[in-house]
Parts: sequence; C-alpha cells; structure tokens
Amino acid sequence: MTTVLETVGLAKQFGGLVVANNIDFRLDAGARHALIGPNGAGKTTFVNLITGRLSPSAGRILLNGGDITALRQEERVRRGLGRTFQINTLFKGLSVLENVCLAIGEHAGLGGQMFRLVGTRRSVVAQAFALLERLGIPDDAGRLVKELPYGKQRLVEIAIALGLDPSVLLLDEPAAGVPSAENRVILDVIAQLPASVAVLIIEHDMELVFRFAQRITVLVQGAILMEGTPAEIAADARVREVYLGERHHD
Amino acid sequence: MAGASPVEQFIRAHRLRLIELLPWIVAVLDYFAFGDYLPLGSQILIMILFALSLDLVLGYAGIVTLGHAAFFGAGAYAAGIYSVHVSGEPLSGLLVGALAAAVVGLVSGAVILRTTGLTLLMLTLAITSLLSAAANDAGFITGGNDGLQGVAISPILGMFDFDMFGRTAYLYCLAVLFVAWLFVRRLVHSPFGRSLVGIRENVVRMNAIGAPVRRRLLTVYTISAALAGVAGGLLTQTTQFVGLTVLSFERSGAIVIMLVLGGVGRLYGAFVGATLYMIAQDQLAEMDPIFWDFWIGLLLVLIVLFARGGILGLADQVLLLIRRRR
Repeated sequence: MTTVLETVGLAKQFGGLVVANNIDFRLDAGARHALIGPNGAGKTTFVNLITGRLSPSAGRILLNGGDITALRQEERVRRGLGRTFQINTLFKGLSVLENVCLAIGEHAGLGGQMFRLVGTRRSVVAQAFALLERLGIPDDAGRLVKELPYGKQRLVEIAIALGLDPSVLLLDEPAAGVPSAENRVILDVIAQLPASVAVLIIEHDMELVFRFAQRITVLVQGAILMEGTPAEIAADARVREVYLGERHHD
Repeated sequence: MAGASPVEQFIRAHRLRLIELLPWIVAVLDYFAFGDYLPLGSQILIMILFALSLDLVLGYAGIVTLGHAAFFGAGAYAAGIYSVHVSGEPLSGLLVGALAAAVVGLVSGAVILRTTGLTLLMLTLAITSLLSAAANDAGFITGGNDGLQGVAISPILGMFDFDMFGRTAYLYCLAVLFVAWLFVRRLVHSPFGRSLVGIRENVVRMNAIGAPVRRRLLTVYTISAALAGVAGGLLTQTTQFVGLTVLSFERSGAIVIMLVLGGVGRLYGAFVGATLYMIAQDQLAEMDPIFWDFWIGLLLVLIVLFARGGILGLADQVLLLIRRRR
C-alpha cells in the first residue's frame, strides 16, 4: 500500500511544554484511519502541524512522497491536503453555495482572477452544487451559513474540504457538538467519502471511530501510545487505562 | 429571479443591475440642475472615489485602517509636483499620482499587513504621520507648510480647459470616478473580490482552502492606494493647490466616517456616505460655523446605534420589512 502522508520524528514544544513528541505516523492511500486520545493529548496540534498552521520544532512531514515541512499552508493544500476544523470555521456571512465555490475556485486556481465575474465559470458553481447534493443539503445552497443549524454547518465544513479534491482529508471531530439525532447524517456522509481519499479522523465518539476506522492510532501526552486495528485497540489494556479510564491490573 | 435554481441565482447576483446606473443619472442631472454648486460637486465626486478606495480594503478585505490619507496625500503631491516640474497634462498627472500612491501602498503594506487589529491600526496611523512629517520637511519640493504653489493644469486631452465655474472639473471628476467605479465593481464581483470577502469573513478558513492570503491583501492594498492616489491627484488638479492637510489624520478619519455613514462593504456606501457628509458639512458649516462637526458626530452616533450597516444597511432592513409584510 502506498503511503500518502507520513510524519518522521515530528515534534512541537512551546517553551518547556511538549505537545508533540517524536511522532512517526503513516497514512496509506485510501485509508480510513482514526486518531484518538484523551483531552489534551495533542491531536489537534498534530493536525495543525500537518496542515502548516503550526511549524514543528523538529521532524519532517511528507505528503505524496514530497517533503512539505517547510511549505506554507496554501502550498500544502495545493498538494492535496484538506481539513475540517473542530469548531466550525466557515464564511458565516456568505451563502452555503458560495462557501463551497470559494474552495473549488481556489483549488482550480481561479481565486486570483480580477476581471472575470464570479459565476462566469459555471462549472465551478455547478460542481459546488453537485457536492451539496451529494451531502444532502442542496436546498440550503442559497441560505447564509449563519442561518443553518449547527449540524448542517458541520456538513458545510466537510463540503468545503471535499471541494479541494484532497488526496488526504483530515477530519477534526466532525461530529463534535452535533445533536445525536443529526449525528447519523454526518456518519453516513463520512462513510460515503470517496475511496480515493485517505481519511484521518480525530474523534471522541467511539461508536463513530469503531464504525469508520480500519486502523487506529492512540495519542497520549503528545506521543503515540500504540497503533493497530480497532480490535487490537479495544483489547489493549494500556489504551483502556489511559483513554477509557479503566484501571489496568496485570 | 423567483423560481431560478440556486446556481442561476448565484450567477445572476453579480451581474450589473439597472438600479446601479442611478448614481450616474443623478450625477449628470446635478450638472444641469445645480450649476452654482459644481465646485462642491467635484469635491463630492473626489471624496466618493476616495471612499470607494477605502471600501476595497476596509469593507471588502477587512483591513482596518486610519491612515488612508497617506495614499490620498501621496497622489496629491505626486500629481502636483509632476504638474509643476514636468507637465501640466492632467491624465498623465493622475497616472503619476496613482503610481506614487501605489508604491507607498506596496512598500508600507508589505511591512504592516503582517500585523492585525490594533497594531495594524496604529501602524497605518504611523505611516501617514511619517509621510506628513516628510512632506513638511521637504519644503524645497512640496512647499512645506505653505503648500505646493504653481500647480497649472493643461486642458484635458488638449481640448477642455478648466473653467472658473468648475464645469470641466466636474465632468472630469465624474468621468474619472465612472472609470474607477467600473474597475472596482468588476473587481469586487470577481473571484478575487469574493476571496477578499472570504478573508474578511474567516482568514483561518481562507488559509485552509489554499488561498495566498497575504499576497491577496497586499494586492488589494496596493490597488486601493492607487485609487486613493487618483482621488488625491484629482483634488490637486481641480484646486491647483496641495497643502499638508491632504495627509492629515482628520482626512483619514473623515473618509472612514463617510464610509460608515453610507455603509461599509457595499460599494455604493461610498456614494451615499460621501455625498451626505459633504453636503451636511457644507450646509452645517453655513448654519453653525463653529459647531458643525458636532452635528456630523451626532449623525454618526445615530447611524452607528440604529443602523449598523449605515444608511444603505438601514434601507435594506426597511425593504426587507416591506417585503415580509406583503
């Protein structure tokens, strides 16, 4: 299996506080991989290091075989890295359709065009609408994002990330804050993500993790505790102790 | 538009609407109806252009600035110095004004746009203060405190002389504003313009979708500076004088007030705000020469309290209410 994303000895510290500690991680093409860990384990920091929001103190990040450690965020996105945020990070004053159009337009290299009216490239708008149809929210295309319920805003997060046509998609707690009644819609969307996209999901919801992931990495205090299949993770006493809160007695 | 698909609605939303021609019809009618007020009319048109340039950075890109007079002043002085030492030809003078202001925008923007919020605000003020001090010091070329004397402008295109009633100046300002408006309108409705709105709405997300945010901001800052420079150049050419007030904090503040009055980030807020401010200033100064700015301040307070989107925002809310009642 080809590795699409790899970190080698990735580390980050703020003064004396180590938030990522020598992380060696691999994500294979088309993988469904989950990253779990207790609060403060450094999961979101790890995503921020990969996407370039934070620069590492040490280590390397490889995307599709190329070293992206020194690249700016936009260059990493251009190379196929897409993400969602733990807390909705959307263009709330714009319509749902325009939110997705902005992403697709940037991906197509049209974002800098000054003398062409928005919408002249119908394919961009049509592609954005098709994406909303795929995620089940075409009727909300014309609504402002701030008028949508939180669960639908989470879907817009995913739609924007998919609009970038990523080869690697990082989903940071996609179901966080969503009422359980709406949770299933998001689970279905994630389950139907294209097989060509390698997905790394950070999630606290164990039902979602075990339903979705083929492999799971457990992060504790900025370091990888273990990695394995869902069955291996569920059976591991250390994981139960540090993550699920159960006491481990040999 | 009712019944059109969301895709069609989105595409149509950016096309030119007939109502957008209204300001131009009014401006042409003013020329015939208010012949005695054409010098004031020219000043209003210049301020509209200045406010339009500010709207690009403040309204669309969300760059908070209190130093836009730096570009207005740079353009005013460059156009003036050009006319004194090189040529009185007005169009090339405007071009020189635009270029000078664009250079100031590009160089200062490359430094200060790395910051945000209060730091950025202070830096925009500092840039204007630096330029003002430099203009004062370089009296041998700017005229210093006495202002630049000897500005003489040739007929436009070699045919239209500036007359004492301000007719040519009015039509000249109107023509320049119209061209600038065409450019700005196209810009804000382009993918580039919408990406600026994206940056204003959520810069973190714009980074995450791969937009080169800093480059976009620097580009629009430079374009805006050039337009402000054209406005400054127009002031020089129509009044045939440049004083240090073109670089004053008051000018930076007044243009922000004009834009807030009209409505920020709406394109036409510049038209409404600048017109209202300039007419109010003219009338109030006549009625109350000492406290006229008190009344302007009161108007601003009322607008900010009761119409957060400026006068155009208020108009939007009223229209929405009427539609709902139907």
